[in-house]
Amino acid sequence: MTALDTRPSGLVTDTPAPGGTTLPPPVPPGSPEEPRRGLTTLRAGDLFALLGSAAAALALTYVLFVQLLPLDGTLGFVVVAYLLFLGVYALLVSLDEDGPAIRDKVAAVAVHGLALLMGIGLVFVVSFTILRGLEALPYPNFYTADMRDAGPLQGLDAGGMLHGLIGTLIMISIALAITIPLGVVCAVFLSELPGRLSRLVRTICEAMTALPSIVAGLFIYATWIIALGFDQSGFAAGLAITVMMLPIVIRAADVVLRLVPGTLKEASYAVGASQWRTVWHVTLPTARSGLTTSVILGTARGIGETSPVLLTAGFTAAVNLDPFHEPMVSMPLLVFDLVRYPQPDMVARGFGTAAALMLLVLLLFGVGRALGGRGPGQLSRRQQHRRVLASRHDAERFRRYEAARPAAVSQEGHDR
Amino acid sequence: MSTTTTRVEPTSEVAEDAPRALRAATGRSDRIFRGVSRGGGIAVLAIMSLIGVFLTYRALLALREAGWSFVTTESWEPDAGEFGIAAVLVGTILIALVAISLAVPLAIGTALYISEYAPARIKPTLISMVDLMAAVPSVVYGLWGAFFLQWNVLGLSRWISTWFGWIPFLSVEGTDPRDPLATETVYTASTFIAGIVVAMMVTPIACSVMREVFSQAPAGEREGAYALGATKWGMIRSVVLPYGKGGMIGGTMLGLGRALGETIGVYMVISPIFVIQPRILESGASSVSSLIALRFGEASDFHLSALMAAGLALFLMTLVVNFAASSIIARSRSGAVSDA
Repeated sequence: MTALDTRPSGLVTDTPAPGGTTLPPPVPPGSPEEPRRGLTTLRAGDLFALLGSAAAALALTYVLFVQLLPLDGTLGFVVVAYLLFLGVYALLVSLDEDGPAIRDKVAAVAVHGLALLMGIGLVFVVSFTILRGLEALPYPNFYTADMRDAGPLQGLDAGGMLHGLIGTLIMISIALAITIPLGVVCAVFLSELPGRLSRLVRTICEAMTALPSIVAGLFIYATWIIALGFDQSGFAAGLAITVMMLPIVIRAADVVLRLVPGTLKEASYAVGASQWRTVWHVTLPTARSGLTTSVILGTARGIGETSPVLLTAGFTAAVNLDPFHEPMVSMPLLVFDLVRYPQPDMVARGFGTAAALMLLVLLLFGVGRALGGRGPGQLSRRQQHRRVLASRHDAERFRRYEAARPAAVSQEGHDR
Repeated sequence: MSTTTTRVEPTSEVAEDAPRALRAATGRSDRIFRGVSRGGGIAVLAIMSLIGVFLTYRALLALREAGWSFVTTESWEPDAGEFGIAAVLVGTILIALVAISLAVPLAIGTALYISEYAPARIKPTLISMVDLMAAVPSVVYGLWGAFFLQWNVLGLSRWISTWFGWIPFLSVEGTDPRDPLATETVYTASTFIAGIVVAMMVTPIACSVMREVFSQAPAGEREGAYALGATKWGMIRSVVLPYGKGGMIGGTMLGLGRALGETIGVYMVISPIFVIQPRILESGASSVSSLIALRFGEASDFHLSALMAAGLALFLMTLVVNFAASSIIARSRSGAVSDA
C-alpha cells in the first residue's frame, strides 16, 4: 500500500480544465486543520531493528566467545560481532519487508559499517602515535637538543630531535627550490603547448606518480653518489625527495591549470596579449590557489618519506647545517632509527618525533586546504575588496589623466 | 564607396589554389617562453627516463653474472654468486595481494558512503580527512603495525589458521593450534600483518579515486533509476557501480602500485627470509624494497649492482601496473559527456 492509494480522492479534481490550473477544492470552514506530515525517511521501526540486532549480535558473540567456542582476541570479537549483526539485521528486516527493501537496508548498513571501520582504523593509527608520543613531547629539550650527548640509557630530559627537524627542513627546502620552478614550468608546458611531446611527458609523469620511493633513492645513489662521487649528504637526500615529488606536483598542477576557464585566456588574446603575457597575467594568477595547494600536498608527501633519505643522507646524531658535506638525518629516518632501540626511553623519543612529524604534515595540509579551498577565479571576500579598490583606483587614474591632457594633444590624437 | 560586387571569374591560366602556410607572428618573448617551457618539459622527461636508464646500467654487472637464474634463485648471497629475486618478488606480490584484498572492500565501502550516504554537511570534511590520511607518513603506519597490530592480531591469526588451516596458504607450520601452551611467536612478523599495515596505507588512495568517479555518475541516470522505483541500493547497483567500474579498477591498480613499492611500513613489521613462503599467517616474509633497505648498508660493489637489479625489477613491475591503471581510468566512461 502506498501513499497514493490513501489520498482522499476529493483533493484533486479528476478532469482539469484544458489549459487551466488544477486547484484543490476549497476547504469548508470549520473542518479540522490538516496535520503537517513528517518528511523524514527514518521510521521508528528501522531504529528498533538496528538497535535490536546490535544488542542481539553483541550478546550472541559474547556467548560464543565465552561459553561455546575456543575463541579470543578483541579483533576477532569485533569481526564476529559485525558479521552476526548483519545476519540478525537481515532477519529482522525480512519480517516485514520484501526482497529489494531487505537488500537496500542490509547494503546501507554494510556500507556504513565499512566506512566506520575505516574511519576508526585511521583515527586510531593517528591517535595511537600521538598518545605514545605524549611521553616525550612535554620536555622542552626535546625540541632544542640533538642526540649528540644523550646515550640510550639517559632519561627523556636529555637529548631531542632538533637534528631531525633541521635536517627535514633543509632537505624539503632543497626539494622545493627545484620542484616549484621545474614543476610549474612543466605543468604550463603540458597545458599551453599541447602536442605529441606534451602527451608523452604527461603519460610518463602519470606513470611516475607511484614511483616506489626506494627506487627514487636508488636512482640518486647510483647517479649522484656513485657516478659523480659525492658523499652522502642532505643535498643528495633533497634530490631524491625531488625525484619523488616532481611527478606528484606536476600532475596536480596540470589538473589545476586545465581548470582555468578558456574564456579568460581568449579574452586576453582578443585584446592583443601574447601567449607569454596571457600565461603570466591571466593563467597563473587565476590558478594561484590551486597551484599552492598542489605544491603543499606534494610537500606533505615528500616530508614523510623515509626510504629515499635512508639511502642518500646517511645517519648522524648531531645537528648538521651544511647540506653538501657530512651526513644529515630527517625526522622519519630518526623515528625509524630510534624505535629499534630496546630502551623504552629511546622508543618514546621515536614516538614523540613521529607525533611531531605528523603535526607538521597536518599543519601543511591545513594550510594547503585553507589556501586552496576554492576553484580558479573564485575570490575570498578580502581579495574581492582589494580588486574593487584597485579598479576604482584605476578609474580615478584614467579620469585624472584624461583631465590633465592638453587640449592640443587630444585634438592631434583625434585627427590621427 | 561603390556597392557593386565584382566577381572574380575563374580563369584557366591561374594555377590551382594551394593551401597557404599559416604563419602567426610570434614575438621574441613568446619564443623565449615556448623555449623555456618546452625545456622544462624535456628536462622532466629526461630525469624520469634517466631513472630507468641508470638503474639498468648499474644492474648490468650483476645481471650478466646471474643471467636467467636471477629470476629463479631464491637465496640472496651476491658475494657468494648465489642470488635471485624469486623469493622477494613472490613475497612482495603476496603482501600486495593481502593488502589489496583488504583495502578494496574498505575503499569501495568508504567511497560509496562518502558519495552516496553521507549527509551533505559533513561531506567536505570526510573528503579532506581521506586526503589527509593519504598524506600521513608511512613510518607512522609502520609504528602502528610494529607496536600495536603485531601483538593484537595474534588471536585473529591463530583463529584463522585453526579453522581454515585446511586451505594451504592459511596453514601454519611449527605449532599445534589445539595446544593452549603453544608459543604465539610463529604468528608474528608475517605476510598477513605486513599486508594489513600496507592496506591501511593504500585504502585512502584507492578510496579518493573511487569517490571521485562515483560522485561523477550522471544525475539524470540516478533520477531515472529512482523514477523506475529503484531503492537506493538498486540505484547504486544499476547506475553508480557500472559507471564507476573504470575508476574502481583504476583505483585498485593505483593502490596495488603503492603497495608493491612500500618500504618502511613493511620493513618495520616483517622479519626477512629468503625462501618462497606461501603461508601468509606464518612468521617470515620478504619484499624487494625491504631487501634493498636491509642490505644496502653493508653492500660491496657487486652486491650493490645486484640490489640495483632488484630495484629495477620492482620499478618495471610498478610501471606496468601504473600504466595499466591510468589507461583504464582514462578509457572508462568517467568524465564522458552525459545529458544529465
